[in-house]
Amino acid sequence: MDLAFFSVQLLNGLQYGLLLFLIASGLTLIFGIMGIINLAHGAMYMIGAYLVYDLTMRLGNFWLAIVVAIPIAIALGLIIERLFLDTLYKRDHLYQVLLTFGMILVLNEVQRIIWGGNVHSVPVPAPFDSSIQLTSNLRYSVYRLFVMGVCLALAGVIYWIIRHTRLGIIIRAGAVNRDMVEGLGINVRTLFTLIFSAGVALTAFAGMIAAPLTSITPGMGDSILITCFVVVVIGGIGSIKGAFWGAIIIGMATTFGSVLIPSLASMVIYLIMAAVLLVKPRGLFA
Amino acid sequence: MLHRYPKRVAIIMLVLTALVATFPLWGEAAFGNQANFMLEKLTFMLILALFAMSLDLLVGVLGLVSLGHALFFGLGAYTLALASPDFSPASMWWMLPLVMCIAACVGLLIGVLVIRTKGIFFIMTTLAFGQMLYYFVSTSRFAGGTDGVFIMFRPSLAIGKSTLLDLDNPYSFFYFCLGMLLIGYLFLRWLTRSYFGQVLDGIHDNEQRMQALGYATGGYKLIAFVISGVMAAIAGMLAAMQYGFANPAQLGWHTSGEVLMMLILGGMGTIFGPILGAFAYEILLFTYEHMTTHWPILMGLTIIFAVLILPRGIAGLIIAPPWHRKRHMTANTSEVPQGPPSAQSVTNSKEG
Repeated sequence: MDLAFFSVQLLNGLQYGLLLFLIASGLTLIFGIMGIINLAHGAMYMIGAYLVYDLTMRLGNFWLAIVVAIPIAIALGLIIERLFLDTLYKRDHLYQVLLTFGMILVLNEVQRIIWGGNVHSVPVPAPFDSSIQLTSNLRYSVYRLFVMGVCLALAGVIYWIIRHTRLGIIIRAGAVNRDMVEGLGINVRTLFTLIFSAGVALTAFAGMIAAPLTSITPGMGDSILITCFVVVVIGGIGSIKGAFWGAIIIGMATTFGSVLIPSLASMVIYLIMAAVLLVKPRGLFA
Repeated sequence: MLHRYPKRVAIIMLVLTALVATFPLWGEAAFGNQANFMLEKLTFMLILALFAMSLDLLVGVLGLVSLGHALFFGLGAYTLALASPDFSPASMWWMLPLVMCIAACVGLLIGVLVIRTKGIFFIMTTLAFGQMLYYFVSTSRFAGGTDGVFIMFRPSLAIGKSTLLDLDNPYSFFYFCLGMLLIGYLFLRWLTRSYFGQVLDGIHDNEQRMQALGYATGGYKLIAFVISGVMAAIAGMLAAMQYGFANPAQLGWHTSGEVLMMLILGGMGTIFGPILGAFAYEILLFTYEHMTTHWPILMGLTIIFAVLILPRGIAGLIIAPPWHRKRHMTANTSEVPQGPPSAQSVTNSKEG
């Protein structure tokens, strides 16, 4: 493996890892603060990708499609939280698992009704549909660099909100002791709606910006969901920092795994998870 | 939760068992030329009932929600498929112990890792291990990749040269599965009422208290995990026998979700509930599939509403029907002064 090839894999791993972080951060936030395990999280990623595909076809512009799709995703999150999750907060995780499992069936089938079973793709949008010369023998896709930049920026924003704002203090306190926060006169109900919608928006947005990089297929949310579970388990549930490092580890392991040991590639991430659990049963940053 | 049920539970279960067991007698009259197809469906429901019941030991009795139980189901199927000789039937006498043994070993290996985790972590880690095996078999050449493995001959059940039960005959196989389900049910009933089961019940209520009392709770949980896995593997073996192949889809996480659904639909923690749940789920699925090609929407909505409206499942309806509930409650309060509050009333108040 020469240096240029190695660097490309390194960048690909980083880019995939950062994208995983966007999805996993929503998952871990929703669990950490609301205590809800949301299996339908991956389906939202899929919906995001399909929305942007559909709107790009209609409007003829990828960027416009994203601008229109984000409010739709937020609205979807609001509706789901208000209609279904409301009754589940005080119940056992089992019921949350099942309800959101039922939601996956419905969402996957709705996708099939609206967009069919075919594989779709979105062209890489202008001005990023080219590659640039990074070093003398290394060219890299500008769009991938752009995705990395956006994900890093969002990671920074999330970190800043949680560490340095009043809302962040409430979120952190809510994750530790919900009743206490409620006792201080903060409307936890509104907070939950906000967090859930933000989580859904993050994962749907990840689906949107990933659309030009991946093929858009039915059920694409299911596999990414399981990967994100691994990320969250490795990092420690409820920890944003854990989600970040877990996502980077898994992104790198997936990319290098498929190049170096193709026969074991699909299992590598689970082997890493088993190893982490052996040493730290609650994850690296819990 | 594992205490006495009203007599109607026993009556309903006995009537249903008799009804199922006599299907070969009335099936033809009821379904005409569809009878053979129905027999096949019914056999599969018995297998799923065994599968769902095995999960109840973990979820209902112990309170550990596993989202990777299909791992054992698939493990049983693949063990049979890969260990069967190509040109002759395998013997049930060594196939069954082999399946149980492999499931126990895998259960121990995974159990040691997952049993230290709780709640949400248990859900996620069991899910991840299930997916690990899923990806392993669907990318391995020896396991047939995504196509799976075909089983050319069903195992035979024979003593010496004489066949004890011809498992190739759909009727005999049906009774074989019914027998396995009954053995499984009686075993779990005995287990949950034994000393071991009482400890599991105690762990469900309050694990720290059990630890304080000196119980090595981890060991008990691990043994329950292994037993549950072994039973699921037997169900998987039966499923592979019935349809003649082992397929990666059998151990994907959707299968785990479906079996959880059977459990909640039937009523968890009751051992008999999951049997009803497996039947109800399959009947609903069958009906929806005939109604529309978009049946997953109907199934998904049914799951959502069952969770919202019927959290204690069909078994909950039988044990305490809505029109009996008031009388049931007054009966309960009159019993309380006779002794300390029972575990029954403790769990009731916790859930109510």
